[in-house]
Amino acid sequence: MAVDEGLKIELGKQGVFVTTLQELYNWGRRSSVWPMNFGLACCAIEMIATTMARYDMARFGAEVFRPSPRQADMMIISGTVTKKMAPQVVRLYNQMAEPRYVIAMGACAISGGPFKQGYNVLKGIDRYIPVDIHIPGCPPRPEALLEAFMALQKKIDAQHLTGEDRPRHLDAEAQGLFPVPGQGEHDLEPAANKSVWTVPVVIR
Amino acid sequence: MMEAEGDLLEVSMGPHHPSTHGVFRMDVALDGEKVVRLKPVFGYLHRNHEKLGEDHSYLASMPYTDRLDYICSLTNNWAYALAVEKLAGQAVPERAEYLRVITAELTRVQNHALSVGFLLQDMGASGTPLMYGFREREKILDLFEALTGSRMMCNYMRFGGCRVDATPEWLDAARKVVRDLPGFVDEYEALICTNEILMARTQGVGILRPELAVSAGVTGPMLRASGVNYDIRKVDRYGIYDRFNFKVPLGDHCDVYDRFMIRLLELRESIKILEQALKDIPGGPVMDPKAKIRNFRPKAGEAYGRIEAPKGELGFYLISDGGPNPYRYRVRPPSFVNLTILEDMCLGHNVADVVLILGSVDIVLGEVDR
Repeated sequence: MAVDEGLKIELGKQGVFVTTLQELYNWGRRSSVWPMNFGLACCAIEMIATTMARYDMARFGAEVFRPSPRQADMMIISGTVTKKMAPQVVRLYNQMAEPRYVIAMGACAISGGPFKQGYNVLKGIDRYIPVDIHIPGCPPRPEALLEAFMALQKKIDAQHLTGEDRPRHLDAEAQGLFPVPGQGEHDLEPAANKSVWTVPVVIR
Repeated sequence: MMEAEGDLLEVSMGPHHPSTHGVFRMDVALDGEKVVRLKPVFGYLHRNHEKLGEDHSYLASMPYTDRLDYICSLTNNWAYALAVEKLAGQAVPERAEYLRVITAELTRVQNHALSVGFLLQDMGASGTPLMYGFREREKILDLFEALTGSRMMCNYMRFGGCRVDATPEWLDAARKVVRDLPGFVDEYEALICTNEILMARTQGVGILRPELAVSAGVTGPMLRASGVNYDIRKVDRYGIYDRFNFKVPLGDHCDVYDRFMIRLLELRESIKILEQALKDIPGGPVMDPKAKIRNFRPKAGEAYGRIEAPKGELGFYLISDGGPNPYRYRVRPPSFVNLTILEDMCLGHNVADVVLILGSVDIVLGEVDR
């Protein structure tokens, strides 16, 4: 239930602050999203640049990079995921506590990027774990990462505490563990997690 | 191998570890805190660079070289351009040579500023020294962006010159950045070089004897920190490096502290080269008018082009069979070769020092695994 905006402003003038529990809850969560200290490739350097003085990700409450997945809320897939690394990425994601979010940063994390033809390159991390935000670019500029982070904050803001569309972390039935792919004879087994990824339909 | 008493503790450091500078794993066997065995495990970022190089035309591999050592894209460009120019017998105009030196030395400055920052970060000086390094790096990246259109992946050099010319305004902006650089190095040295914790943690740690360094093929600041006078800018005098007056700093104690200091001293020498190059840069074209861009097919043969990249000797070995693609495309990455002696440097030290010794090697996994 939302509070009437006019009433809220009027009460604010009287020194009364009115909000809903849902807004307060989402405000708290979106203002302290701690990313995981997890760099994969080139994009990791731009990710570090984003946390430095010029771009200053601390303005959004996301400067505390945690080395442990247990303490992190957000995973930035910053670079090429190879087939040797993909199982560890999924395992790290499984180790994160809900609520957790994933930003796929750069062309490689989205689709394999310039290395897509390579025999050892995974063609997009969204084959194994659910991705919230995709940022194109090779590498994306720090501004693009900030934009993605703001988009994520909007997404958190729009989440409902109850009801059918409540987020995964409030849903006891939701999938928590995602299957970790193994090294098969020629490729990763399975080649994709069908519950999070469907083969895209190409419209010609 | 040392004799250990009792059970050994095997620790797998990485591939997700905040100090491994990417996805690198070390299987360490510990006796208490002491390292008894260390096995580096590579390949977590193997992106098939060499195979893709054989599938692409010569020019199409140029953007891929940016992503080898992704901190210093311009020196990678130069090494690759040098190898292809050697293969095709291509000349480079004077102004392009100067632009190459300017961009390569700016790359060296930002790489060293970053690598000392990361080394201190590994030591526990969380954030602040790295922020100083990144502050300077952003100024240099602004220059790269103005010149080439990209902050990191510059893709600037071509066979027979450079892609675009620098405007007089760009050269003025570069002069201004270079003028401010000595102040940054002074500030950095004043803040950290005599720091008690830094000296206690790094002096006498990770000794690399010059004999071992030479026989293992170590190059770059690592080798010079062990006291071996070998800088390809002086040895090969590729490009126009014979015109500049600069010194090669050498270490004495072969430890992590020397490797740290060598990088700061090299910063000063790079600034000297930059000042001279920006003063002397002539006019003229930046591409050889006879250079062939389309349908580029060098005659059959082989060539090895190498430069002094910020991390050591970066070489490209190409075999041409007369076709549009190289028959064989091989990269000799400095940080991979420098990493092979990691175990010898780490044995007998505490596990906390392994992080520091790895930081002093200054690796970039894009180049190690390719």
